[in-house]
Amino acid sequence: MSATPTLVARAGTFFHRYANPGRFLKLGARLQPWLTWPALLLTLVGLGWGLFFSPADWQQGDSVRIMYVHVPAAMLASAGYAGLAVCAVLSLVWRHPLADLAAVEIGPVGACITALCLATGSLWGKPMWGTWWVWDARLTSVLVLFFLYLGHIALIRAFDDPQRGYKAAAILALAGAVDLPIIKFSVQWWNTLHQPDSITLTGAPTMSSSMLWPLALSTLGFSLGFAAIVLARTRAAVMESRIRSLLSSPRRRAGNTSGDAA
Amino acid sequence: MTHLPYIVASYGLAAIIALTLSIGAALRLKKARMRLAVLERPSDRTTGATSSL
Repeated sequence: MSATPTLVARAGTFFHRYANPGRFLKLGARLQPWLTWPALLLTLVGLGWGLFFSPADWQQGDSVRIMYVHVPAAMLASAGYAGLAVCAVLSLVWRHPLADLAAVEIGPVGACITALCLATGSLWGKPMWGTWWVWDARLTSVLVLFFLYLGHIALIRAFDDPQRGYKAAAILALAGAVDLPIIKFSVQWWNTLHQPDSITLTGAPTMSSSMLWPLALSTLGFSLGFAAIVLARTRAAVMESRIRSLLSSPRRRAGNTSGDAA
Repeated sequence: MTHLPYIVASYGLAAIIALTLSIGAALRLKKARMRLAVLERPSDRTTGATSSL
């Protein structure tokens, strides 16, 4: 048997270095303002620019301004689920204690942002397509993503033993990750009513820079805001876990009992 | 501005969701921090309470 640690073991050591709750709380407290305030600033500037200063589209008119909310929400809906899948790997492979707590907190935030994406999509679709909803590949795959988030939230709460809930939810998060490439490529694989991507990694954006800049700012702002909310919720979850542990410690209970007796 | 109700509804929804999530997270964090501070007071340490996850 080789004494050299494998890549998996090395990665496990790396991840567990950040599994200490005290170290996480310290790092989180330091990171929180650096996420929160830029998120607020960038979102306000991006949305204000998009709403009041960017030009209307020659075809869609002012309804194109919904894009500055819809596109960041759509990107984050997928990115949040990818985060959930990463937490699932960390939990199932390395049994990282913070990964489960983070996954519990990402779920509801991701579900809200996916709901926002679907709602703003409908609000954009009605004036442009003449309908609130069509069962095309992009819309349906995002709806499936919303149900995956809801399933993840429900599974975590479905068991008396939280560890079993975490494990079942992690398996669902991994299996559900197959929906992410379907969402991404749905507009290429199928003939959809939804327009193809205007921004890709390989090609130049097909929109004017006067629209691209506010979109980039609001996307960055939304992303930092998502991270700030998840970080704050995870910090709270770690503290609550510590509170439960303190309250259930035998010494504290013994102290309370002797206090009651006195 | 054309399609104003749809635009207002979209931005309004985004504001409601963002405010609900951020205020909820801030309040939860504040409550947990205060409760933890009470439990970890020095007087509690004399009773032998430990702080572990």
